[in-house]
Amino acid sequence: MFSGFNVFRVGISFVIMCIFYMPTVNSLPELSPQKYFSTLQPGKASLAYFCQADSPRTSVFLEELNEAVRPLQDYGISVAKVNCVKEEISRYCGKEKDLMKAYLFKGNILLREFPTDTLFDVNAIVAHVLFALLFSEVKYITNLEDLQNIENALKGKANIIFSYVRAIGIPEHRAVMEAAFVYGTTYQFVLTTEIALLESIGSEDVEYAHLYFFHCKLVLDLTQQCRRTLMEQPLTTLNIHLFIKTMKAPLLTEVAEDPQQVSTVHLQLGLPLVFIVSQQATYEADRRTAEWVAWRLLGKAGVLLLLRDSLEVNIPQDANVVFKRAEEGVPVEFLVLHDVDLIISHVENNMHIEEIQEDEDNDMEGPDIDVQDDEVAETVFRDRKRKLPLELTVELTEETFNATVMASDSIVLFYAGWQAVSMAFLQSYIDVAVKLKGTSTMLLTRINCADWSDVCTKQNVTEFPIIKMYKKGENPVSYAGMLGTEDLLKFIQLISYPVNITSIQEAEEYLSGELYKDLILYSSVSVLGLFSPTMKTAKEDFSEAGNYLKGYVITGIYSEEDVLLLSTKYAASLPALLLARHTEGKIESIPLASTHAQDIVQIITDALLEMFPEITVENLPSYFRLQKPLLILFSDGTVNPQYKKAILTLVKQKYLDSFTPCWLNLKNTPVGRGILRAYFDPLPPLPLLVLVNLHSGGQVFAFPSDQAIIEENLVLWLKKLEAGLENHITILPAQEWKPPLPAYDFLSMIDAATSQRGTRKVPKCMKETDVQENDKEQHEDKSAVRKEPIETLRIKHWNRSNWFKEAEKSFRRDKELGCSKVN
Amino acid sequence: MGLSAAAPLWGPPGLLLAIALHPALSVPPRRDYCVLGAGPAGLQMAYFLQRAGRDYAVFERAPRPGSFFTRYPRHRKLISINKRYTGKANAEFNLRHDWNSLLSHDPRLLFRHYSRAYFPDARDMVRYLGDFADTLGLRVQYNTTIAHVTLDKDRQAWNGHYFILTDQKGQVHQCSVLFVATGLSVPNQVDFPGSEYAEGYESVSVDPEDFVGQNVLILGRGNSAFETAENILGVTNFIHMLSRSRVRLSWATHYVGDLRAINNGLLDTYQLKSLDGLLESDLTDLAILKDSKGKFHVTPKFFLEEANTNQSADSITLPQDDNDNFAMRVPYDRVIRCLGWNFDFSIFNKSLRLNSGNAFGKKYPLIRASYESKGSRGLFILGTASHSVDYRKSAGGFIHGFRYTVRAVHRLLEHRHHSVTWPATELPITQLTSSIVRRVNEASGLYQMFGVLADVILLKENSTAFEYLEEFPIQMLAQLETLTGRKAKHGLFVINMEYGRNFSGPDKDVFFDDRSVGHTEDAWQSNFLHPVIYYYRYLPTGEQEVRFRPAHWPLPRPTAIHHIVEDFLTDWTAPIGHILPLRRFLENCLDTDLRSFYAESCFLFALTRQKLPPFCQQGYLRMQGLVSTESLWQHRVESRLLRDYAPTGRRLEDSSQQLGDQEPLGSPLAPGPLAQSVDSNKEEL
Repeated sequence: MFSGFNVFRVGISFVIMCIFYMPTVNSLPELSPQKYFSTLQPGKASLAYFCQADSPRTSVFLEELNEAVRPLQDYGISVAKVNCVKEEISRYCGKEKDLMKAYLFKGNILLREFPTDTLFDVNAIVAHVLFALLFSEVKYITNLEDLQNIENALKGKANIIFSYVRAIGIPEHRAVMEAAFVYGTTYQFVLTTEIALLESIGSEDVEYAHLYFFHCKLVLDLTQQCRRTLMEQPLTTLNIHLFIKTMKAPLLTEVAEDPQQVSTVHLQLGLPLVFIVSQQATYEADRRTAEWVAWRLLGKAGVLLLLRDSLEVNIPQDANVVFKRAEEGVPVEFLVLHDVDLIISHVENNMHIEEIQEDEDNDMEGPDIDVQDDEVAETVFRDRKRKLPLELTVELTEETFNATVMASDSIVLFYAGWQAVSMAFLQSYIDVAVKLKGTSTMLLTRINCADWSDVCTKQNVTEFPIIKMYKKGENPVSYAGMLGTEDLLKFIQLISYPVNITSIQEAEEYLSGELYKDLILYSSVSVLGLFSPTMKTAKEDFSEAGNYLKGYVITGIYSEEDVLLLSTKYAASLPALLLARHTEGKIESIPLASTHAQDIVQIITDALLEMFPEITVENLPSYFRLQKPLLILFSDGTVNPQYKKAILTLVKQKYLDSFTPCWLNLKNTPVGRGILRAYFDPLPPLPLLVLVNLHSGGQVFAFPSDQAIIEENLVLWLKKLEAGLENHITILPAQEWKPPLPAYDFLSMIDAATSQRGTRKVPKCMKETDVQENDKEQHEDKSAVRKEPIETLRIKHWNRSNWFKEAEKSFRRDKELGCSKVN
Repeated sequence: MGLSAAAPLWGPPGLLLAIALHPALSVPPRRDYCVLGAGPAGLQMAYFLQRAGRDYAVFERAPRPGSFFTRYPRHRKLISINKRYTGKANAEFNLRHDWNSLLSHDPRLLFRHYSRAYFPDARDMVRYLGDFADTLGLRVQYNTTIAHVTLDKDRQAWNGHYFILTDQKGQVHQCSVLFVATGLSVPNQVDFPGSEYAEGYESVSVDPEDFVGQNVLILGRGNSAFETAENILGVTNFIHMLSRSRVRLSWATHYVGDLRAINNGLLDTYQLKSLDGLLESDLTDLAILKDSKGKFHVTPKFFLEEANTNQSADSITLPQDDNDNFAMRVPYDRVIRCLGWNFDFSIFNKSLRLNSGNAFGKKYPLIRASYESKGSRGLFILGTASHSVDYRKSAGGFIHGFRYTVRAVHRLLEHRHHSVTWPATELPITQLTSSIVRRVNEASGLYQMFGVLADVILLKENSTAFEYLEEFPIQMLAQLETLTGRKAKHGLFVINMEYGRNFSGPDKDVFFDDRSVGHTEDAWQSNFLHPVIYYYRYLPTGEQEVRFRPAHWPLPRPTAIHHIVEDFLTDWTAPIGHILPLRRFLENCLDTDLRSFYAESCFLFALTRQKLPPFCQQGYLRMQGLVSTESLWQHRVESRLLRDYAPTGRRLEDSSQQLGDQEPLGSPLAPGPLAQSVDSNKEEL
């Protein structure tokens, strides 16, 4: 027998699993009479349908019976179809087709026989079978006298669950029987189908099924009637179960802790809690009120007595009731309610609202539009209280700006204090200042354009954040890199280039990386332009390109008379460009004959790209620009050298010209897991090689994970891809980025207000004020309160968390609440 | 002679100029721009013309600028606020609370350097205006009284005619464009029997000693009337104040031209039973009679008519003879007229059609919302006289208002005659929210000229970028393209500042309970001055839009509207209360996602989606992504706006479990709602 709700649920889910995994168990077994009787076990109930042959009529019944197999099995009742064959004649086998019946056995004792028409559906089958088995637990009565007799007999002993159903065998009957199966030993179940009986105990709406809990156990005086609690929900197994659970809970609990923390069985059952706030002086009266409320709210809410005096948390001074909703995370509400009826109606109204809200939630599934969904704004807001070491940067003002940027080489961050992106970047900027502390000649400064708007405008800063580098005698350079610590550091470190190289030896040191050892960290490539002294325009073009790339790459110029020595050594015809890749220790030369500055920039930027790079958050955009499908090898850690070799071989063999091959280290770029999750379901083991067609179509192809990443397999796979023989594993969504949530539609609000104004002239605000005045009067004269119609009674009511918000927002002009917001 | 007077101001005339001067003796000198009057508005326009390098001259009757302020206000106290401290460094913001300075690039030319008084002395204004003209080297021809203005048709002229100005010496000046910034200089007089007994504000004694023990009647109920009363309140027997309409308090009407609290001492003594009093009656129905003792009696005019022209107070029946509690039965020692000022139309020839069918009678010349005369093209009214555009609504009749309208007029003309399009900043769409937040928090022109000048955002194709135009006269919105030279094909936003619809009025209780609105969803009911953003899918140019413009709306009906909720500190930078609802509004107008994202999120989107949000497109993909710091990254995980993908290192979790986890991918960041709800949303708009 199931002793608790959870077990009950587990039981159900177990059954569901059984259906899923062991379908044979639940199908109706077909047995011969002899075989059937041999299966009967002592004390076990069994329902058997004896039939002779299939007919349309019996097959409808059999379908229902088949459905009843599972629920009856839950109650330990087996079900079988017994085929009456000529060879085995049983007394249960009827002589005619129409007279076929079902029989209920307990052990091998026959309990009841059912004509098939009483077992019209699965509900009827379950209800009838349980009714027959629980004949002692469930008393069926037909008149008031019977009820009174049972009531009297149980006073001071046990509680009664009395129910009325319109007929035996309907779903409500089944629900009552199922409850009786669980609770039959704890409570006396009484059942009737007589409307007259129901009417005589004062019920309304007698068309519907009713279930009462008779609190007889408490009654000691036999002349006293048992209190009754009507269950208001429809009669379903689950509702009855919840109802009985709340009946079992203590009527009133005393607590002295933060209402927000209190939890009782009611909350678990989805019912709210009502705290009656009490203090020492009025304890007795409060307790009586609380009990009275508890009886009224039995089955609807849990009622607790909150002892204010021993409470550690503060609750508003005038609040006498605390209301806690069942939903998790909803703050408690503090109420001032001067009437028990008001408490009851508050609970009832709010239960109703809950239901509606649930429906709405189901329909919309939308988060609150007042909740921040911008990750930058949200994180900056959450971090607002952390103190940054701002003193590491110089704050500029209108007065100091010009003097500062004239006096020393400075980096200026233009930001706006109220703009989230600015403030997020300010943190990186401060990090740069921390890292450069005491090592750089560059002065790190910042100016808040929210304060010094004119300075920013004069510096042509119209958006935020902006970084500019001011150097004596030069035009300010705008930083156009990633808004992050690393890239800005690199920019600052590399800003002094291009440089003039003056001797062959220096040039060699420059190319080997010896000359600017510290900077190799920031720029893995050094660029050296080689020009004979007469190549004026070529030099200018190169310088221009070098200036353009300032802060991104190290560039140098060599244009001495002995330049030919270098050009012959590196097989470069002048003018030329030498690219020293320090990581690979390679130096390549590119001819620069009549190449414009812009093209030089392009050549250098292209040269910065690697053949098989590790793709990162920072460098993806450079490769993304190539507009080629990405061939990404996802690796948990450093890429396997063999895979790398295989792919590099393919690159050299020009197999991968139409792709951008790269690899992703999940340890360095954990967000790669999010990418994999979008590609694979379920995720095969790493490493994974994936081709992502980002720029046309969005198809994602996966290299079979059961194949080794070796050249031959890759070539084969690529060929199949090319031939269209590979199926994509997914297509990236092509969804546009729409507004994440709707906005307030003020236009229709204004329209609605304008159309209303025609009918009622009184402005909303005025009306509220009037009502408030009524309210005050009533508070002064408490005896008048009950005489006033309920509608005019106004409940001061505010939600705790909102209260601070309100107070803050409406501090303006010392007002309490917004005009339309008086609840 | 005009030219020779102006020459020293140009510096030493070169040879070229000397040659040019010679024929000028026979042909009247021609200017592109002429400004009448070197008051605040005239100097302000001169400043903009000078900065733009235009050919202009200012004609001033007096030997120095701002001659009005040498005499007025009579009691020398300006009621325009000189707020020297706001707690803010932002110079643009501070102009919101500086009602006296003119606009210039020179921070020394701020009025706060000229007076420490919150309500400064008029002499400081004279000194300020003089310095303004001198420091900036504005070309003003002093002691030049333009006696007559007429039109000379000429097809070659910019506007089809030249304005011919003749000064007191008979010297003629030819102008392509004429700015009239002469203010209101003619005292308003109401004609009624006995009006000649009234002394005018312009000439009445300002010495309280002259009023000791007298009964005084003041006609009028404006600031000059109350200013006059304030001066003599302590020495008179009583002051009665008579005017047609009820008193309008500026703090109830939110109009700075109505009675300011600094002048309202008489209201206080009246209501506190100190013999002073206010009376309402139409002056034209009254008559003032002088009795044999030289005292003045007030009577309804019809009493006079019955008595048939016999004008002596002693002989005719007075109201109190029948009605012995008639309020004005006491004789007065003095009657003072303080009925305001009118524009001086006298020098303008009829051909200019400056005053045809004017709604404001003879007070203001009739002009368009572009400040151009309705009668003659190329004739603009600036300054106080241009107040008909926003009379009793905004600040266009006062320095702190018209300094901006003058700039707007200058911008319109720069486009009309010099092909300089209205200045605008072009920015990527990701800066849209920020640019609006920036302006509503600091712009002084929007704040002072609420409802008259508004910022306009013109969207570019596909809404990837926009142009931001500042302080356009919104009543000219329909002609925006022709007036500014900019295109508004792809929709536009208008940023205006507004008080609540029912908040302002002479009989309004501006201190009612619940007047403050704090909730973002109630922002449209905000009462105090707050930003309102109008969205138009198309520029409202047609008759239809104008006709469907709802009553009391400053603009035609928009496609959608947003109110930023009023703020006690006028600081609209709260992330949730102000910026978030604004972003949602803009997003829904543009049908896009305007959130900002860290580079890591953009990286994820770039590899898992075919489309990227604008912030990633315009930032990250251009290698300008926003990298998050460690502490912000932690907040990001906590806020659940992004999943923590780190298997180890940052968080100790089993990586295989993480990978097996089939939770929807970064769901809070996913692009917008389903297509269905977006569509329904569109319909609402």
